[in-house]
Amino acid sequence: MSDSLRARGARTIGRNLLAAVGSIVLLATVAAALSAPWLPLADPDAVDTPNRLRAPLTSGHALGTDEFGRDLLSRLVWGARTSLVAGVGAAGLAMVVGVTLGVVGGYYSGWPEVTVMRLTDILMAFPYVLLAIAIVAGLGPGLRNAMLAIAIVGFPFYTRLVRGVVLTVREREFVEAARALGSPDRLILARHVVPHLVSPVVVAFSLDVGAKILATAGLSFLGLGTQPPTADWGSMLATGRQFVVLRPHVVLLPGLAIFMIVLALNLVGDALRDVLDPRTSST
Amino acid sequence: MPQYVVRRLLLLVPVLLGVSVIVFLVLHLSPGDPAEIMLGSQATQEDLTRLRADLGLTQPLYVQYARWMSHVARGDLGRSLWTKRPVLREVLERFKATLVLTATALVISTVGGIALGIVSATRRNSLIDRLSAVASLFGASMPVFWLGIVLMVVFSLWLGWLPASGMFAPYGGGDARDLVTHLVLPAVTLAAASVTIVARLTRSTMLEVLGQDYIRTARAKGLVERRVVVRHALKNALIPIVTVVGIQAGYLLGGAVLTETVFAWPGVGTLMVQGILARDFPLVQGCVLVVAVTFVAINLAVDLLYVWLDPRIRYE
Repeated sequence: MSDSLRARGARTIGRNLLAAVGSIVLLATVAAALSAPWLPLADPDAVDTPNRLRAPLTSGHALGTDEFGRDLLSRLVWGARTSLVAGVGAAGLAMVVGVTLGVVGGYYSGWPEVTVMRLTDILMAFPYVLLAIAIVAGLGPGLRNAMLAIAIVGFPFYTRLVRGVVLTVREREFVEAARALGSPDRLILARHVVPHLVSPVVVAFSLDVGAKILATAGLSFLGLGTQPPTADWGSMLATGRQFVVLRPHVVLLPGLAIFMIVLALNLVGDALRDVLDPRTSST
Repeated sequence: MPQYVVRRLLLLVPVLLGVSVIVFLVLHLSPGDPAEIMLGSQATQEDLTRLRADLGLTQPLYVQYARWMSHVARGDLGRSLWTKRPVLREVLERFKATLVLTATALVISTVGGIALGIVSATRRNSLIDRLSAVASLFGASMPVFWLGIVLMVVFSLWLGWLPASGMFAPYGGGDARDLVTHLVLPAVTLAAASVTIVARLTRSTMLEVLGQDYIRTARAKGLVERRVVVRHALKNALIPIVTVVGIQAGYLLGGAVLTETVFAWPGVGTLMVQGILARDFPLVQGCVLVVAVTFVAINLAVDLLYVWLDPRIRYE
């Protein structure tokens, strides 16, 4: 990263208080999720029926308890691990597959290009959520399958993005020069093409993690993602729904947790875009 | 124009074939055995073998696909393992409810989004503009099912203004008014994120158009501002807005699954989730196929609408 880029980045983040708040929320959540086993928290799966559906701020349970008397604070912190892993995992898998296909489809014209583009056309002919649900229906419910399904429906987005960049880069003089000097494709791609992809892909990924957290939470909400008793924000919301009249907090808290982390990711993603890709920054 | 339409229609063939292959594969490669689901756990090995042969499950995959496609082409999507009724009839019955919900949400998001976008663009940095920027950030970050539950708790359970779930009241009701009161919460929930997306896009496109020379000319010749905004600016800003509204239509169709589940709306989404939990694969396959084909048709309509709006656009 050049000095001017770094200076611009520092200015943007300094100006952008929201991005700073987003980063703090994000870092705090990641830190809490990582250190969950060492934090003085109750066992997230320990059932305590006499103490079910306790309101927040009752003794021993800062955020109250759920329908089985399990400590909500502890389940939220442990749930953060599941939700973050799901979001980063699904977005990461979609990115790796999407970028690889985008590079192949953009650099090699002919059948690789046609195959890649038709595949993305077909996958994009489905409403996003619907296809993910159908894939999980086929693979069977569970967090791993939910992540896989969301990655499958998500990769065409990266493929399109990357192919667009590769198409313009491959016509540039430095690529032609490298080809004239006899560099093999592998070297041209690694040295001259891939470096141009870093900024747009990093920006897209940072905004995508939040979308993937929302999507996996949606599948968990439908009973197709994380299976009980594992704590996950989406499934906490789904089971808490029946008790919402009696104790709204069992639904409000996991929903707020999803909202906060996705909001934080979007704020950080927007700031990253302003730094790395000023042309597309929001006005 | 006719040439473009023909080429665009021809392009549908590989996409629809691809969609059918994916719908077929996704549910045929799944670990569950349809014969076992149909006969239950008490079935003997002989019964299972016979049923598998009857269903054609022992044949190679491409033969099964060809057979399935020949049925689909004739409008036969099989029978539900659960209700034993023809899948197509079951899905189409529920699809009406989904269309009512999705179309209402689309109207809310389009009309609301464009109106909000125009106000934000013409009164830049006003309170409304700032609120709409915050709302768009919130809209992109809020789980739609959570928003649905919160709205339901506030407006049905606490205030008692609107019914909490279903499409009609269980007793009495059944008229248009009953439908509208039941429709408000799910439609607003479904439209919430889209409104903000359409609003932000309308704002940025309008700002770009309002800076053009012909707008200055329109103003200079003494037109009323309202006429400048609606007749001269909005009309030219419509093309990108139509694109995004088309994308939103598909998004709403998919998002309806979650919203329907929250509000027990009797649409394809709830039917599909019930089908998945009952491992009723023909039913799930039917739901996915019908929604995906509708989605493809919406995309086609949007593409054709472009050409009508802007004759310069041609398919290359």
